[in-house]
Amino acid sequence: MSEPKYEPGDRVQILDIGKPGHVRTPTYVRHKVGVIERYCGDFENPEDKAYGRWGGAPIALYRVRLMQSDLWPGYTGTPNDVLELEIYDHWLAPAAEEAA
Amino acid sequence: MSKQPHDHGHEHEHDDHRPTREDDDIELTEREATFLALKSLLIEQGVVTADEIRKRMEFNERGSPHQAARMIAKAWLDPDYKARMIDDTKAAAAELGIETTEAKLVTLENTPGRHNIVVCTLCSCYPRSLLGEPPAFYVSKAYRSRAVREPRQVLREFGVDIPERVDIAVHDSNADLRYVVMPMRPTGTDGMSEAELAALISRDCVVGCALPSEPDER
Repeated sequence: MSEPKYEPGDRVQILDIGKPGHVRTPTYVRHKVGVIERYCGDFENPEDKAYGRWGGAPIALYRVRLMQSDLWPGYTGTPNDVLELEIYDHWLAPAAEEAA
Repeated sequence: MSKQPHDHGHEHEHDDHRPTREDDDIELTEREATFLALKSLLIEQGVVTADEIRKRMEFNERGSPHQAARMIAKAWLDPDYKARMIDDTKAAAAELGIETTEAKLVTLENTPGRHNIVVCTLCSCYPRSLLGEPPAFYVSKAYRSRAVREPRQVLREFGVDIPERVDIAVHDSNADLRYVVMPMRPTGTDGMSEAELAALISRDCVVGCALPSEPDER
């Protein structure tokens, strides 16, 4: 296993790498900024496995926590409601710290 | 064996989205027809056998909500087990002799300040080893699109009113992990045995769409 690039609490942006096919990054979170909740381990890339390409190098998977109010305009829940999901390393980039 | 009176009404229900046979009285959708064509080609070409497909479906259906309920009930009674379950859910299942095939299982603990709910927006990823096959609502497009966007309204439609002081965490089970929600132990359950507690925990509790019943409302 490689050393995980991100640690819990790190701010990250979820990318839109424009890849077609069996990708596991839902459209609704692309371009959004959140924080790493945990490193989940390394897994083979489902974008390859879906097409029979097994045995590739495992890549890091993280759980990313997003604020619901950042995801949905006019979100009607509480300001602290969150959404968490799993994002592979190549769909993530470090994000700047929040402006104070 | 006598036929159950309701048998007929249920046998054509399309609730699992995985047609496995051609019904002569229901028109197949294009995707169902594609599925059946692909399946017969794979069998014809010797890639898989019908028996292998059937065995795999039996395997997928081995899990039952009782497995997750046993684990949660034990966790309610045994804080050390609860800590181990949160730390490594697969290992905690193995302790009870429950075999799990998921790569990784995560337990999401409900607290007085947080309610967890699970959805797979991309398909129907689900902790089958611990819950069996997912219910129809879980694979419906309505649940998959609305649970992430308006979880409080969706929960209200399930009869679960989460007060404003409790935050909601939606978990999109979109990749390699699978999730079980550990509800809070209901009041009025002091002195109950593990089996009695397990009986309060339904499948939907473990998805986060229900709360365990109080002992007197069963």
